[in-house]
Amino acid sequence: MVTALLDDTALRQQAWDIAAGVVDPEIPVLTIADLGVLRDVAVTDGRVEVAITPTYSGCPAMNMIQLEIELALEREGFRGAKVRTVLSPAWTTDWMSEEGRRKLRDYGIAPPAAGSSRRALFGVQEVACPQCGSVNTEVLAEFGSTSCKALWRCKSCREPFDYFRCH
Amino acid sequence: MSIASIQVSETPLVLYALRRADDALILGHRLSEWCGHAPMLEEDMALANMGLDLLGQARELYSYAAEVEGKGNDEDKFAYLRDVRQYRNLLLLEQPNGDFAHTMVRQFFYSGFADLYWRAMMKSDDAILAAIAAKSEKESAYHIRHSSEWIVRLGDGTAESHRRAQSAIDDLWAYTGEMFEADDSEWALIEAGVAVDPATLRSHWLKTVTDVVGEATLSLPKNDWMQQGGRSGRHSEHLGHLLSELQSMPRTFPGATW
Ligand SMILES: [Zn+2]
Repeated sequence: MVTALLDDTALRQQAWDIAAGVVDPEIPVLTIADLGVLRDVAVTDGRVEVAITPTYSGCPAMNMIQLEIELALEREGFRGAKVRTVLSPAWTTDWMSEEGRRKLRDYGIAPPAAGSSRRALFGVQEVACPQCGSVNTEVLAEFGSTSCKALWRCKSCREPFDYFRCH
Repeated sequence: MSIASIQVSETPLVLYALRRADDALILGHRLSEWCGHAPMLEEDMALANMGLDLLGQARELYSYAAEVEGKGNDEDKFAYLRDVRQYRNLLLLEQPNGDFAHTMVRQFFYSGFADLYWRAMMKSDDAILAAIAAKSEKESAYHIRHSSEWIVRLGDGTAESHRRAQSAIDDLWAYTGEMFEADDSEWALIEAGVAVDPATLRSHWLKTVTDVVGEATLSLPKNDWMQQGGRSGRHSEHLGHLLSELQSMPRTFPGATW
């Protein structure tokens, strides 16, 4: 619980940890810190303001994430916390942490290729199967079950899998 | 329509943001009309996903227009409470879906432009527009790749798919010129480094389009006469029908929530 003894720096750290623990509703193994969506936490006179950056323009998970952050802070005693959206600079999959990429692979989703350049977008993509590690894979559908995913298939183990698209 | 349309103060920056927001909303709505009707499941998802990208772009641009205007309007009011004459989208984007070939050719012509346009806009002196451009550019890149593949598949497919793709190109070609036009309002922003002159992108766009169309064994019309009017609110009859569907709920039940 928040007490008057904590100064703003300690409060900020506490609020950061709470916000950082909120997960993506569509990929619940990833926190918003793993995704690189959490940008800043500010505390002014005991009031918390969290800044997040949207992933894909039309991603419906963003409203949910915003609400989850407010609720998580409320549960821990931060009353009236606000979440604001920061557009600039624009989010890229390069901001996903190494930890996030590992968790994604363990969950069965191939992580985005690093270096979200146009070469990564248009070049020959080598995507490793998250099940068996083979790079003998092919794309089935460029647009998958959510804005962030494409559907791929492994030609070695025959398993279909999601690939988190470069952005 | 049972509730009145809003008034908009169309300063150059507000008008600029509304034009791009309207492009994204109207094309996004057209794509959403395919939901559940596409020729295969993967394509149904692709069209819905592209529509969602565009809806997201529209929301960011409307919100920015509202902030710049500062008159108490918001994204919903811009989308739901302006009538046909207040809409500023390109005529190309309000054209009916037609058959799948028409939808893909429309997508191909526009995404080819949007991809170049947003990439250039990333250097805008306006930080918010530059950030919106950085997102939209990546989304447009996926859209142009997807639609290019379809143009080749349709053009270089069966006699029937070739015929339909060629007919779509012939029907929609006259709407492509408007993408490269800029009026005085927009020139004020171009000179200030906020916007880019779309005419400078035309040769690059034409090269991409010519290459893909050539690979698809299709051809571009020789006709250079171009239709325009959307940017100043002079629309084809199709937009009114589209808006009556898009706006029916908020116009019939003002302020409804659920
Ligand atoms: Zn495998």
